[in-house]
Amino acid sequence: MKTKTMNKNALDLAIRYGFIVLLCGLALFFSFYASGFASPRSAVFIFQSVAITGILALGVTCTLVVGGFDLSIGSVATSSLMLSAYAMVVLEQSAFVAVVLCLVMGAVVGLINGLLIVKMRVPDLLATLGMMFLLIGLQRIPTQGNSIATGMSLTDGSVAVGTFSAAFLWLGRHRFDLFLDRLLPVPVVVFLLIALLIWLFLGFTRHGRLMYAIGSNERAAGLVGTNVQRYKIVAYMISGVLASIGGILLAARLGRGDIASGNNLLLDSVAAALIGFAVLGAARPNAFGTASGALFVGILLQGLTMMNAPYYMQDFVKGIVLVAALVFTFYLSSRRGGRRTA
Amino acid sequence: MAKITCKLSGLEKSFGRNHVLRGIDLELRAGEVTALMGANGAGKSTLVKVLCGYHFADAGRIELGGEPFAPTDAADAISKGVVTVHQSIDDGVIPDLDVATNLTLDRLTEPGVGLFVNDRKLRRQAQDVADGMGLTMDVRTRVADLDVADRQMIAIARAMARSPKLLILDEPTSSLSASEAERLFVLIDRLRADGVAILYISHRMSDIRRVADRIVSMRDGAISGIFEGDTLDYTGAVNAMLGHQMTEVDITPVSGGVPVLEARDLQLFEGSPPISFTAREGEVIAFTGLLGSGTTDLAEIVFGLAKQAGGSLTLDGKPYQALSAGESVAKGVFMSPKDRSENAVIGDFDIANNMTLPFLKAFSRFSFLREGAQRSAAREMIGKIGVKCEGDDDGIGTLSGGNQQKVMIGRWLLQASRVLLLDEPFQGVDIGARRDIGQYIRQTSAGRTTLVFVAEIDEALEIADRIIVLNEAAIAGEYINKNIDLNSLVADVSGPGRKWTSDDDQLSPAQPPAGQAGTSARTQASNQIAAG
Repeated sequence: MKTKTMNKNALDLAIRYGFIVLLCGLALFFSFYASGFASPRSAVFIFQSVAITGILALGVTCTLVVGGFDLSIGSVATSSLMLSAYAMVVLEQSAFVAVVLCLVMGAVVGLINGLLIVKMRVPDLLATLGMMFLLIGLQRIPTQGNSIATGMSLTDGSVAVGTFSAAFLWLGRHRFDLFLDRLLPVPVVVFLLIALLIWLFLGFTRHGRLMYAIGSNERAAGLVGTNVQRYKIVAYMISGVLASIGGILLAARLGRGDIASGNNLLLDSVAAALIGFAVLGAARPNAFGTASGALFVGILLQGLTMMNAPYYMQDFVKGIVLVAALVFTFYLSSRRGGRRTA
Repeated sequence: MAKITCKLSGLEKSFGRNHVLRGIDLELRAGEVTALMGANGAGKSTLVKVLCGYHFADAGRIELGGEPFAPTDAADAISKGVVTVHQSIDDGVIPDLDVATNLTLDRLTEPGVGLFVNDRKLRRQAQDVADGMGLTMDVRTRVADLDVADRQMIAIARAMARSPKLLILDEPTSSLSASEAERLFVLIDRLRADGVAILYISHRMSDIRRVADRIVSMRDGAISGIFEGDTLDYTGAVNAMLGHQMTEVDITPVSGGVPVLEARDLQLFEGSPPISFTAREGEVIAFTGLLGSGTTDLAEIVFGLAKQAGGSLTLDGKPYQALSAGESVAKGVFMSPKDRSENAVIGDFDIANNMTLPFLKAFSRFSFLREGAQRSAAREMIGKIGVKCEGDDDGIGTLSGGNQQKVMIGRWLLQASRVLLLDEPFQGVDIGARRDIGQYIRQTSAGRTTLVFVAEIDEALEIADRIIVLNEAAIAGEYINKNIDLNSLVADVSGPGRKWTSDDDQLSPAQPPAGQAGTSARTQASNQIAAG
């Protein structure tokens, strides 16, 4: 009897803190074995490498919370990348206009996703898959499939003379001073801010609580008077807007409308959100988990790279982490749940 | 006397500590339709599942055609001649395939069938089956394109292709209109003439009157009455099914204060008779009736989930028509729905969050939740309504059904309401929790009107000041809960529905509306129920 309760407590502890302990252990391990890993610059580099994925992952977390899924985030980000480049280089607009255009585009795509799912009753995976295809195609049409850079020739024979404005590039390249000169890049700050906002929104506001209720039992949430449709649409709009912010930051870092970048964004961010299920034994989508999940992948890849692991191992390692996290979440939590009700 | 097709003796089945079947003895005879009646949880579906091979009986034996019958699984039961058509029609057909394939599908799974499908041969076989059943549709039609009745027929035709000895029909008319149902009954008549034993499970009295040769009532896992003979005692059957021990709850009915909710000539369905009632402040009214009598529909109309076919509602003297749950809650009309696990429980949340869910706005400041306020309100309600738990942060899934239901009811008592609708508040709730909930609802009933919708008469007697009986969407009787003539109440529940003329403007309490219904009015009402 006593050992049983002890086992139960041990299991509880493992589920709750196992992931965090693993994260710290990993950081310690690399600090010892990969020289140069334990430095502020290296830490910032890790954050920078996961910032954009993390922002997208936070968006997908919101759709997971209402029991949905958004496959279109990767393509929204690349569309936003191309749109901002097009606005500045071809249309010769200001940074401000480019950013606003991208944000509006993200919101509109999210709105359409939401309407397809809520009003047209298209299953979420299919609706957002369709939107993904549509956007991947659409973003190539204005430039006939070419990347966008100053000096490129346009369809009418003229040459694009617009440039990425300095203010726009600042978003991707500026670094704030923090203890060290030029330490903290803007995307990292944006990522941390968004993570904080989404964490507060989902965890501590009534809107977030109702969204979790919808994800757990949509009918029941509706029958207590929640406007289920509106909340679902809002979740997809948040996801769209965050993905477009990711795209803006990517464009600002690259300084050109690169058609080929951002291929991995969708899978990486979905993985981060799913790994997040395992953090603190939540067994459900949550902002803190998502951010930690993104960070976990970043630390692992950075450490392995510094220990000279080849680049082509990266996806394999991410896969292992994801599968392990999912087992952690679903198998162990179900055992805990089973015991609780017994 | 006809040959006995299937004989059950001493059948028992338990799930954990829950004793579901307590020694069932029953004979089903060839060429006879036996109607099986029972309230929710009486054990009907478990009995069916034992017969069709989903469950094994713990004790007792079944004989089929004189041979011992112990199916190892559903397929085995079918091959031995016990075929079941389940309530949900789409379990019995494959909607995306055509009629021919549906009718012959079982032959494709038989051993020794070749790799290739001979479409022409299948279609011919299917046509034979269809002709035998009197089905007239083109066998190349996709099943999804057929109407509900035809799909139901095909599910039964599939069953008949196995030439069963015993056919079990589980609520077969629940989604059929009256004319569609009549086609089904004609088919049943034919099967009866062919000497098939039929076990017909239904709540609908009009069906049972039409097809049953005998009625078996079940209650609490045992057979509580068998009725046969030239004239069946329908009232007796309903009585045996619902049963009522004298309730220990002593209620002094109050007549209530000012009118809160008034229904005027409300029609639950297109063409159903208008119903009118006045619910007053401080009183608890129980609407009771068999499944499909319109109780749930009435609750949903008042809560704004469905729209009435005619008539109007007033709330505190002003016209009231809610269009969504959110709007109703904002106007002080609350509803605790039936089937709590589907409609009410948020499985991922703890007790406090489940309880406070409808009123999160009141528990937040600038949209940020005040968790302390949530938890203390939940703790207070846990104490008042008597939820047995370790704390307000227990997961809702760790509670027993009765305690979960207390949380779900407590949810709607956190804030004052004008109208509180409780649809089957005692569903899956043990007797102790039921008393607790009933008592607390009565204690708090001042300041609002409470409408409780229950199928079991006992439950109505335990909670209500006034009982209104619905039968086929009409008010069949009304009683003040004091020295009620139970026989008359049960007779009203089992109907025939009494005619309700709109000339009589309002029901006078304790006086069932006068005038016996013509059969035409009743059939018309049942048509409409089925269509709705």
